[in-house]
Amino acid sequence: MSGEKILLAHGGGGRMTDELIRNVILSAFGNSTLNKLTDSAELQTNQNNICFTTDGFVVKPLFFNGGDIGKLSICGTINDLAVSGAKPIALSMSLIIEEGFEIEVLRQIMNSVAKTIKEENVKIVCGDTKVVEAGAADKLFITTSGIGLKLPKAKMGFERISAGDKIIVSGTLGDHGMTIMSHREGMKFETEIQSDCGSVAEICEKIIDSLGENIKFMRDPTRGGLAATLNEISNQTNYGIEIDENTIPVHPSTRAAADMLGFDILDIANEGKVVIVISAERADECLQICKQCKNGKDAAIIGQVIKTDEPIVELITKIGARRIVQMPSGRELPRIC
Amino acid sequence: MLERINRAYKQIARATTALGRRVNIMEVCGTHTVSIFRAGLRDAFPEGLKLLSGPGCPVCITDHGYIDTVIELADRDDCIIATYGDMIRVPGRKGSLEQRTSKGNIKVMLSAEDVLKLAKENPAKKIVFVAVGFETTAPATAVIVNEAHQQNIKNLFVFSNHKLVIPAIRALLSEVNNNIDAFLCPGHVSVIIGSDAYKPIVEEYKKPCVVAGFEPMQIIDGIAEICKQLADAAPAVSSVYPAAVSKHGNKTAQKIVDEVFDAADGYWRGLGVIKQSTLKLKDKFSSFDAEKQLNINCIPEEDLTGCRCGEVLCGLIDPPQCAMFTSQCTPDKPVGPCMVSSEGACAAWFKYGRRRRHRQ
Ligand code: SF4
Ligand code: SF4
Repeated sequence: MSGEKILLAHGGGGRMTDELIRNVILSAFGNSTLNKLTDSAELQTNQNNICFTTDGFVVKPLFFNGGDIGKLSICGTINDLAVSGAKPIALSMSLIIEEGFEIEVLRQIMNSVAKTIKEENVKIVCGDTKVVEAGAADKLFITTSGIGLKLPKAKMGFERISAGDKIIVSGTLGDHGMTIMSHREGMKFETEIQSDCGSVAEICEKIIDSLGENIKFMRDPTRGGLAATLNEISNQTNYGIEIDENTIPVHPSTRAAADMLGFDILDIANEGKVVIVISAERADECLQICKQCKNGKDAAIIGQVIKTDEPIVELITKIGARRIVQMPSGRELPRIC
Repeated sequence: MLERINRAYKQIARATTALGRRVNIMEVCGTHTVSIFRAGLRDAFPEGLKLLSGPGCPVCITDHGYIDTVIELADRDDCIIATYGDMIRVPGRKGSLEQRTSKGNIKVMLSAEDVLKLAKENPAKKIVFVAVGFETTAPATAVIVNEAHQQNIKNLFVFSNHKLVIPAIRALLSEVNNNIDAFLCPGHVSVIIGSDAYKPIVEEYKKPCVVAGFEPMQIIDGIAEICKQLADAAPAVSSVYPAAVSKHGNKTAQKIVDEVFDAADGYWRGLGVIKQSTLKLKDKFSSFDAEKQLNINCIPEEDLTGCRCGEVLCGLIDPPQCAMFTSQCTPDKPVGPCMVSSEGACAAWFKYGRRRRHRQ
């Protein structure tokens, strides 16, 4: 199929649609449930509560250092389930493809999806494919939904957070956002920065298994970065949060790119990180568990929840000064020079 | 580190004693402004030191007339607008470029070289380059004009609003009621122009000019150095960024700028007309000059919005003193350009300027 392009007919619902689905999608990650191509998938569950989530992915470029839109669309949905304390079990995937898109490229992306779900031990059990006219979409959009089973020991929520709790991040911040941005900016260190696009399911499951209700809250700091996540926690709980710049893990190349373009690392999106609020007594233990996980080796305790007269997030800077960390606002644009 | 911070504190104290009042230091460049806020320096320094945010962001000092003209060109079917990202959100009198992007003929450029490429790829269109920025971006514009000239490219038009820093510093100092004691000079710009460029300022106005990079510790060193000079009444040009900034700057960049541009009087939003402060294409390159070739009529005009950017840029008021700050004017809906660029004084205050409250 090399050189072949997506045609509107591929979305027509006829033979070409069928071929596309079988040759490109099912061949990558088919399974007994999905192969039936029924209108809805039937799943068996036990007594657990079910978590359900959905997300659309429109990343540009489709391939970036450290990942691609396929991997991203799987990890994004898995992470949404994982940070809610659920074990992901099944996903759906809906593709919106622009007419003219190269089938070989689609195949590469589907292979990446296949690899990711295999690693994460989840299945895609239903899906949908639409082809739209050239110009009506930008190459390829992917929407994934996912369901997961709530881990019995997971007891999380804003209301469980209290002063003294520690804040942990599972690794270096800002890598995904800066990879995408420097790709767009055509910057030289493009190749040195790598998106963190990946799953945090292992971390979340292990810490909940070991620490149960000591884990007060988890969130994956995607758009809006750490700044948005911490501000939300602070607003919802009415506590202040204090973090220490010296302890926040940042990859040097990511830092260099952010400095060059004038971005604040704390505002930058991550795609494979989790922010954990944990009771102080068990924080070190939690950190150790994170570090043993595949995507958590750079985890660090970066701050704590404190009582303040106003819910604000404060950063103790490298030089020991303090400043407020605001909710990011507006669209950030790179500076001119 | 602590030692350097202590040195700065000591020099600040000496300077306030010597002057018998608060010391006012202007950071000319927006990158300094953001870096100062981000590192928490504004709160960390003693009351006796006041940092003023200067006009050092090309977005902030771009006037309505220029934006309006670019928008007019964007509305023409024969033109493609090539611009750096920040410019698309700057409001003119009839809105911003961002509100016109749906026509698809406004292209955000990542570098000047891409403009040349765009011109080659679209021979039937007139490519208008929105050329803004200080000494740092002007050389890149000069290079593409030169190349376009050599390659006989006919559809590239440069609408130059490149600005020069030294004339702006001069203009600020000639304001009778300015309250600037010294300048923290921008690293990037100084790499190009060299530290000697500030010599005439020191000689004429007796104000210290210290070049610093954008690292917080360099800024602290720069402030210490400025205060030392003020305390000793020995204003000078110096650099705490010696690795990157030489006395004479980048000769190659200066040369190409000189070959392509002439300095002309130019309009700065908030500051008015400043003599010999704007780069315009030399006659030799007039076939690339958007103003001469595209039949446009760029009328600079004082801002009608009630925005107090001018006073902010001169260090006369802090952004919160503008009545629109955080009410009508926010980064999502900027009224004035100082709120648009992430380096604009108002945007920096908005993002970082909130004072912290105390722990319980
Ligand atoms: S655009 Fe250039 S001159 Fe302006 S604030 Fe940024 S670095 Fe400084
Ligand atoms: S707050 Fe807005 S309106 Fe006021 S000076 Fe700043 S940019 Fe202008």
